[in-house]
Amino acid sequence: MNLLTVIVLLPLAGFVLNGLLGRKLGPTFVSVVGCGLPILAFLATLKAFSTLQLAGPDAALIEHAYRWAAVGERAFEIEFYFDRLSAVMTLIVTGVGSLIHVYSTGYMKGDAGYARYFAYLNLFLFFMLTLVLGRSLLVCFVGWEGVGLASYLLIGFWFEDPAKAAAGKKAFITNRVGDAGFLLGLFLLYWAVGTLNMDEINAAFMAPVAPAVSASLVGILLFIGATGKSAQIPLHVWLPDAMAGPTPVSALIHAATMVTAGVYLVARMHGIYEHAPEASQVVAVIGLMTAFFAATVALVQTDIKKVLAYSTVSQLGLMFVALGVGAYGVAVFHVYTHAFFKACLFLGAGSVIHALGGEQDIRRMGGLARRIPVTFVTFAVATAAIAGIPPLAGFFSKDEILWFAFASAQGGSPVLWALGSAAALMTSFYMFRLLWLTFLTPSRMSHEVEHHVHESPWSMTSVLVVLAVLSAVGGFVHLPEFLEPVLPLATAQESLEHLEHRLVYVAIAVAVAGFLAATWLYRGGLAKGDALAARFPRLHRLLGGKYFIDELYDAVLGRPLHWVSDRVFLRAGDRFLIDGTLDGLAATTRRVAGRLGRIETGQLQWYVAMAVLGIVGCLAWVWRHV
Amino acid sequence: MADLQVLLWLSFALFGIGLVGVMVRRNALVMLMCMELMLNAVILALVAFSLRTATLSGAVLVFLIFVVAAAEIAIAIPIVLMLSRQKRSLDVEGYDSLKG
Repeated sequence: MNLLTVIVLLPLAGFVLNGLLGRKLGPTFVSVVGCGLPILAFLATLKAFSTLQLAGPDAALIEHAYRWAAVGERAFEIEFYFDRLSAVMTLIVTGVGSLIHVYSTGYMKGDAGYARYFAYLNLFLFFMLTLVLGRSLLVCFVGWEGVGLASYLLIGFWFEDPAKAAAGKKAFITNRVGDAGFLLGLFLLYWAVGTLNMDEINAAFMAPVAPAVSASLVGILLFIGATGKSAQIPLHVWLPDAMAGPTPVSALIHAATMVTAGVYLVARMHGIYEHAPEASQVVAVIGLMTAFFAATVALVQTDIKKVLAYSTVSQLGLMFVALGVGAYGVAVFHVYTHAFFKACLFLGAGSVIHALGGEQDIRRMGGLARRIPVTFVTFAVATAAIAGIPPLAGFFSKDEILWFAFASAQGGSPVLWALGSAAALMTSFYMFRLLWLTFLTPSRMSHEVEHHVHESPWSMTSVLVVLAVLSAVGGFVHLPEFLEPVLPLATAQESLEHLEHRLVYVAIAVAVAGFLAATWLYRGGLAKGDALAARFPRLHRLLGGKYFIDELYDAVLGRPLHWVSDRVFLRAGDRFLIDGTLDGLAATTRRVAGRLGRIETGQLQWYVAMAVLGIVGCLAWVWRHV
Repeated sequence: MADLQVLLWLSFALFGIGLVGVMVRRNALVMLMCMELMLNAVILALVAFSLRTATLSGAVLVFLIFVVAAAEIAIAIPIVLMLSRQKRSLDVEGYDSLKG
């Protein structure tokens, strides 16, 4: 039985059904199809997973679905590859995906585009599953582009608002930049290795005779693709804007699954990165910069979703730090825990926004803990998890990342650890700041809004509870060891091993310190925080303006491009050259025709004379030349 | 042989008269008559050559020209008739509605 193909095709069927029939058959049909098929896909994944477990740790299920193209001797096959790494990713995608579909039935209830929303969401799942299950990098790339498309469609879901449509475009175009790198990497790999099957590429790089291509170059090109999809510096600018989409979309695509595709890609191609220390170093440094700078920006954001967005960017940065120091399994571990708590946080934020009738500014919230208790408790658990309070899920994965950043034999260094810990400290601080300002401080809501506050329907709260439980206990599954047959464990430098326990205490201290600082500063409301901001106005403006990177890109890329498009291509090229040539030709023809028209006098005798002249001329020419 | 020369010169003269007539006269009917004259000049030349080479093809062509000339005049006369009715004149200088 073609189980893997079924897993991939179920959401596609949902897309087709909802897309074609959803509007006619009404919201009940849409909900059943939209949630039912992803849940079926999740069950099928569980079945496949149990088969995989029976087959042993090294095994991989390979399923041939279709021969895409045959070029000469070589063929491009659509094959699905299911080993422990893809199994973990598929379980996250279908599991968290199904939960968020269920949540969406409550959140999107009554929206005019209900059927369209579920069609897009199912389409996203289809492409995401193609991405994580594809055996060939080419199939993976199809999924990679497809999730970008789905992301574009869902960010601009409420496309009547020009700002939201623009955010969708920004995400799509920024991703395009990264995709160029990915594609070049694919070309190089195919040229050097002769296949795009990921397991074979890894094997080729592991072989005693490595392929005749610079692993670092390939690694960096693939990483450029990953920076686009996973919002790393310098291509991180699209993710905060992507919050324009519906909140469940932010949870599913822009927190739990799609943005981790870059991490998956690098982890999947670990065979290359293990032989490319330079590329790994680049990955680690970019990841660290992203983790640190995004965390600083998150400190001062006032939009609840923007805080979470920068937090996502920062956490993704930490995952890349782990990848950069060779701790691939740890990075996937953080992908897994992050999927739970960040989805929970986003969905909690969605529940808050839902309760407040669309309000997203935390300065106008407060005191929600009693009013929406389920949301509060789940949000608090997820906050503690991301802050790294033991024994919640985030503690385990983040602690391991920091440990390997410090001690890994493949590029760990105290600098990585120190800045990573600083990012963790800030994470803890801004998350608890968010918790205080949203739920605990005295209410700053307007009377009108306060009157309407209500807990979300069970379809939303039950999902929050499930995710909160997973955020709490998810860390006890020790994923790096489980993934060890696929992703080799990182090794710590022996000389540093005695420090491991001390660093765990430091990590706990860091998390608690962030909590205490946030409590001290924000327990009483906004006053102390504002006073602090007033003492450092320039720093506050720099952070609040997100380091003005959008403005920088606009000045360096946007405006020159606009100028060139307007002046060179539109005015000089299109209007002057192309229009000018055609208009000129037409005008010349008209003028010449006007002149020639004058010899048509209408006088018969004149015509006869011309004819005679012509005949005489012809005869004379014949006389001369024949 | 002198006969052929004479006949060709005659044909040439007729053609010339016809051509000059078409080019200088303004009366449409006169122009048509001059065109007939040119056709007849050509017929005369054909007959003369036919006589000279003792073949029949020239004479056959003459009949062809008769038919063409008859058809041509059958169309030209009504056209001139319509034009003269409309313009109340036979002067071709007035027939310039199609000028550019």
